[in-house]
Amino acid sequence: MKIDRTQETTGSFPLGKASKGYCGCIDRISPCEDCPGLPAAEIERRLIELGFVEGAQVTILHEGLFGRDPIAVRLNGSTVALRRREAMAILTR
Amino acid sequence: MRRLALVGVPNCGKTALFNALTGSRQKVGNYSGVTVERKAGSARTPSGYPLDVVDLPGTYSLRARSPDEEVTRDVVLGRRPDEPLPDLLLAVADATNLRSALRLVIELKRTGRPIVLVLNMIDIARHRGIGIDTAVLQEALGIPVLTATAVRRAGMEDLWARLEALAASGVPVPTENLWSEPGALDLRAIQKQADAMIARAVTQPPTANDLSAKIDAVLLHPVAGLVILLALLFVMFQAVFTWATPAMDAISAGFDALGAFVHATVPPGLVESFLQNGVIAGVGSVLVFLPQILILFLFILLLEDLGYMARAAFLMDRIMGGAGLHGRAFIPLLSSFACAIPGIMAARVIDSRRDRLATMLVAPLMTCSARIPVYTLIISAFIPHKSVLGIFSLQGLVMFGLYAMGIFSALAVSFVAKFLFWRRAPSPPFMLELPDYKMPRIKSVAIGLWTRARIFVKRAGTTIFFATVAIWVLATFPGPPAGATEPAITYSFAAMIGNLIHPILAPVGFNWEISVALVPGMAAREVAVASLGTVYAISGGGDVQIGHVLAQQWSLATALSLLAWYIFAPQCISTLAVIKREAGGARWMWLTFGYMFVLAYMASFLTYNIAVALGAG
Repeated sequence: MKIDRTQETTGSFPLGKASKGYCGCIDRISPCEDCPGLPAAEIERRLIELGFVEGAQVTILHEGLFGRDPIAVRLNGSTVALRRREAMAILTR
Repeated sequence: MRRLALVGVPNCGKTALFNALTGSRQKVGNYSGVTVERKAGSARTPSGYPLDVVDLPGTYSLRARSPDEEVTRDVVLGRRPDEPLPDLLLAVADATNLRSALRLVIELKRTGRPIVLVLNMIDIARHRGIGIDTAVLQEALGIPVLTATAVRRAGMEDLWARLEALAASGVPVPTENLWSEPGALDLRAIQKQADAMIARAVTQPPTANDLSAKIDAVLLHPVAGLVILLALLFVMFQAVFTWATPAMDAISAGFDALGAFVHATVPPGLVESFLQNGVIAGVGSVLVFLPQILILFLFILLLEDLGYMARAAFLMDRIMGGAGLHGRAFIPLLSSFACAIPGIMAARVIDSRRDRLATMLVAPLMTCSARIPVYTLIISAFIPHKSVLGIFSLQGLVMFGLYAMGIFSALAVSFVAKFLFWRRAPSPPFMLELPDYKMPRIKSVAIGLWTRARIFVKRAGTTIFFATVAIWVLATFPGPPAGATEPAITYSFAAMIGNLIHPILAPVGFNWEISVALVPGMAAREVAVASLGTVYAISGGGDVQIGHVLAQQWSLATALSLLAWYIFAPQCISTLAVIKREAGGARWMWLTFGYMFVLAYMASFLTYNIAVALGAG
């Protein structure tokens, strides 16, 4: 797994870039504001509703075949599937 | 206290609890004005106090995101004029997974309604070594908290006792509704509150439960997972087509006997023809699919109860996403292989409207079982019975090719639809919880099957009945003039319509007989086979004899062209009616009819002309 400089300096790593087996602690949820898709605030609320809140442990358990997408993550005792695009909003360390 | 409403997050065992409360005293309908399934039932406490129970659609929050969740919010808040405000909310939580459940309960509490929290599946939680101190939860939440195992009679005792006590004493007086849609900050605060409660009340086992993780290591493996999914689908299709055959034969024999009985007892004439050809043959031709639909739903319900369906959506998301479909569209499209009608209705599980419409639009392209009689008739009459490469039968390959064409065109159409209608609209997110695996319960599967069967039979008795009666009228009136030599149908309105549309269909190689047969085929596609029989005036003809006549009268090009037509086959009134209802507008119905007609026409035109050019004319 490669971590580029910018992320290393801020100390957080987007879950959407992590590989299978990665385990991290959620630092913050920050959906990109100008990306196409649902408004950032809505993505944020949906992620929170699935249990992605600051401080929670996440582990990537499974990946899809094509483009290693979507991913399934272990999160506080439950398993959640999501696409890497949305997982980019989950910053971990 | 009279009215109970069950509220909970998806997969919390709410439906199992509903089944345990109401048994088979259930009614499935629709909420007025929306196509959301309303499940209600009546229950009786052990001492005989009657209760009305409604099972509200599962939701993670009251801030509704889909039509289903809107219903839950509106019922809880008393915003639906046709639905009385429930006296008591039974919040159902999966005891093994309390995080999202407690967040929902905290939100529900803000509505001021009386609530009882039921920790369901407590047996599984105990088995896994999860300890829950209900007294602590009760104190932290300020509402009664009790435990239950909905799938065992003994597991319901606490709940029944509590309901009994509430029925005797009355529920607490509702307080003011302080609920408003929570923002991200608010949700975080609620979740922190819930997590703090869990930290105090729940002790997790030292080692996490990893059975589901172990199973997933195989079933969600990028390659093995897909292979297993395909194998499962293969078994399912085998079952649908082989297990169902005896039951289907019995049903059609039953309807044939009934028809013969009417034929023998009712004096010949219009009444006899109406009963035999209109009512019995018409309704029978649809009811005969009941075994296939039940087997298909048996698989779907089992896989759903097992917790596999969410995994299938996970495995298929990328593949279907490439064609502009949502991973969850997999289930509706699968159902459409039996019949597009339950498939289109199953599209309700997709929360984004755009994805729901795309799924409904292409569901009729999946080869439904009503096309099978047409396919088998033409294949057995025109495709030589020989093997290819020594192992595959040519007839089987053609059949497989027709199915593959259906799937391929469904993906292609949704891709084009995405490009045409939703190019700028970004694709909605795919996020869902993968529930832990659970053994399916026979009782809940049986209740599910019973409900599906009832819906299907009811439809056959109403919509399809009226459609077949209309077709019978078209095919019967006006009667043949005295001394007519041709079959009676050639003088009917159906024949007039057939002759009217024949010039349109002539370029694709259809003769007027096929054009006539396509008209009654509107009621149900397979009726076209029976109509061809009528048009060619084959007395007492089984499929074999029709096949013989067709093989003599049609060119191979015409036969292939009809096969190509039936891959798309736009004419099925029931499907179109369901699309109109579910999509909420005639626009989508006409769009479906239009694009399918164009595709069918183009496919037949190409097939016919290429075949003629190759000398099969």
